[in-house]
Amino acid sequence: MNSRNFNVSRRDALKLAGAAGLAGTLTIYSGRRSFASAAKTYALKVEAGRIIVDGISSKAVMMGGSVPAPIMRWKEGEEVVIHATNRLEEPTSIHWHGLLIEGVMDGAPGFNGYVAIQPGETYTYRFKLRQAGTYWYHSHSSMQEQAGMYGAIVIDPIGREPVRANRDYVVVLSDHTREDPMRVLSNLKADAGYYNRGKRTLVDFFRDTTRDGFNTAIKDRLDWGDMRMDPTDLADVTGYSFLVNGRGPKDNWTGLFAPGERIRLRFINASAMSFFDVRIPGLPMTVFSADGQNVQPVRVDEFRFGVGETYDVVVLPREDKAFTIFAEPIDRSGYARATLAPRPGMESAIPEQRPRTVLGMADMGMAHGGMDHGAMAGGTMGGMDHSKMSQSSMAGMNHGAMNHGGTTSGPDGGRRPFGWADASTPLGAKALGYADLVSASPHTDNREPTHEIEVRLTGIMERYMWSLNGRPFGKDEPIKVAYGDRVRLKFVNTTMMAHPMHLHGMFVELENGQKDRKPRKHVVVVPPGKTVSAVLTANEPGDWPFHCHLLYHMAAGMMTRFIVGQKIA
Amino acid sequence: MKHIPSIRYRRMARASLLGALASFFVFSPAKSAEPGQIFTFFQAEQVEYRVNDGKDSVNWDAQGWMGNDDHKAWLKTEGEKPTDGKLEKGELQLLYSRRISDFFDAQAGLRYDVKPSPDRGFAVFGVQGLAPYWFEIDAAAFVSNEGEVSARFKAEYDLLITQKLILQPTAETNLAVQNVRERGIGSGISDIGLGLRLRYEFVKEFAPYIGINWERKIGRTADFARNESESVDTLSFVTGIRFWF
Repeated sequence: MNSRNFNVSRRDALKLAGAAGLAGTLTIYSGRRSFASAAKTYALKVEAGRIIVDGISSKAVMMGGSVPAPIMRWKEGEEVVIHATNRLEEPTSIHWHGLLIEGVMDGAPGFNGYVAIQPGETYTYRFKLRQAGTYWYHSHSSMQEQAGMYGAIVIDPIGREPVRANRDYVVVLSDHTREDPMRVLSNLKADAGYYNRGKRTLVDFFRDTTRDGFNTAIKDRLDWGDMRMDPTDLADVTGYSFLVNGRGPKDNWTGLFAPGERIRLRFINASAMSFFDVRIPGLPMTVFSADGQNVQPVRVDEFRFGVGETYDVVVLPREDKAFTIFAEPIDRSGYARATLAPRPGMESAIPEQRPRTVLGMADMGMAHGGMDHGAMAGGTMGGMDHSKMSQSSMAGMNHGAMNHGGTTSGPDGGRRPFGWADASTPLGAKALGYADLVSASPHTDNREPTHEIEVRLTGIMERYMWSLNGRPFGKDEPIKVAYGDRVRLKFVNTTMMAHPMHLHGMFVELENGQKDRKPRKHVVVVPPGKTVSAVLTANEPGDWPFHCHLLYHMAAGMMTRFIVGQKIA
Repeated sequence: MKHIPSIRYRRMARASLLGALASFFVFSPAKSAEPGQIFTFFQAEQVEYRVNDGKDSVNWDAQGWMGNDDHKAWLKTEGEKPTDGKLEKGELQLLYSRRISDFFDAQAGLRYDVKPSPDRGFAVFGVQGLAPYWFEIDAAAFVSNEGEVSARFKAEYDLLITQKLILQPTAETNLAVQNVRERGIGSGISDIGLGLRLRYEFVKEFAPYIGINWERKIGRTADFARNESESVDTLSFVTGIRFWF
């Protein structure tokens, strides 16, 4: 399953040169010449509509008449043509998230010469697919993505799939609000804590006093108060319904299988704002692709899922019973739920929701005096492998599932989660961490980066201002690199929220301790207070958006330009 | 000191308020995060009925703004009307507010007091924002059209008992540099006020509350009040609504 043949003929090599970013995931068979196939043509209408979630109707913006938009099922190497028509009363756009694509086709207004599609107008996208895997497409205008403008892209490889599956399902996770998304942003600007219904109260204070003693509890309050930071700020927006393929928890989207079948699930986090902890109780998942790029299979019980990321997993249900796909946002304000079942109408128990964590000083990137929790209890770390973690990059997303000694044990002996990364993963269960991601194929470009670009993730939560290097979009200083440059992006998160950083146009290679098999990502989650680095070969000329994929962070200014110079002949 | 005829003065005050508003829109650099993104906010922190030993009153304290992250037009108003009498206190401020740090805005503009008589216009210079430990602070200095200098300091804190039941202590003090006898203000600290309001946020935008409010005139201000046979010490039970949109 894991072996990769890389037989490239001379002719194919030329064609592949442009697709260097994904070299290695392809197996070319002579005789199959889908590169030459005629263009597939689609008409995609963008219009206002309504969707019904768990029986409640609300407004939506749709592509192709549904939420999520129709699955684009394509084949690597083919050329596709999409006529996108705007039937809204405001400009729109469609961005092909994760695709290696010519700049003007990338679909981000104000970048690469692309102009938003005006009401009544049609824009024709035309591009050749240079890669295989699971990706997605969504609006890059206003708040339309929050309102329902997102859909899956599935690109079948020319060569062999890394995993043979009897069933192949797309699982699009999203967050849906019945509020006008502009109103949501306006509320956040008026009161950044508007949606936080999990703030620390006097009741919590008394509980902490009983558990930790008065001095510890008061000192903790004072430490946070001194910074004017809120340790309960895990998600900026609540009031969401969490959807699987556009269906609410009661709607219960169901994927059918016959016991013994191998099911491929293509998870896409198409949320505007929600990080999920995803699990299928009773069914371990084997992750074999991240952000559309194949990785060495890793068996996990759960994974934390950043906005904009995708994971392909395979599961093998042997029993004749239903399984619940359960995805909880990290603030535990609800859940997305779907079912895998041998027959329609079957369902499995909905697991109890896990407790909501509280941020620690470490999430502020501070080694604070009284907050030194010292020894970590290795037993609760969910099989995390320290040796795989690069010391400098700290890319692991699972290094927070640590037991911080006495402070987190409740009076009932149960463990209260502590720190952003603590997903309350049960003892012995394995949560996917970034350190587990190993590219299925080695990279062709393993040069050391010639320079390092520091990208500080900055913000003032209290004002709901978000920026990169302290500069909001519009006052930003674009990042410029020469064509062919090998650069390191060093993300320094100075905020207490996690930011899924998305670069258009190119994959970055996450520095997670792997040498020539760093995973390729289009979204890199940078946990609060942490530094994560990635390297990239700037081989796609253009003027690319580079932003936090939390929609309201981007709207508040957390974006800049990543400019790759033209190729010099 | 010469007293400007009030009709003429009121016109002037209104004209300058309008001018300040207009100048904001003309001169404000529209360089927010997303160009052209203007947000608005209006909050009535207190709209309440004060029960005070037969001298009940309706009081309000509200503010709102319009603008982007860095530049805002800011409106503040507060006042008091006894239930059995005419307006006793009525104040309107129109300010330009500029972000000067992560948590604070500097504010400058105009204040116009309809009451107490005689009416007054003021230039306002202030700082408003969030201090460490979550104290909301509003400090301002005022220079009246008669050259009188005064200052005000307000602080409030939200103590969450539960997510929706919130106890809010408030404190306010006013200072004056010189006596303004006609308005009953003496130099030095003129008064202090303390409040404690317990609200229930059905939704963030709508929260009824009950509480107590205590105001004490001090020093010469208290002397002036005594001379007018007014009380210097007022303890009220309050009930009201906090709302915003």
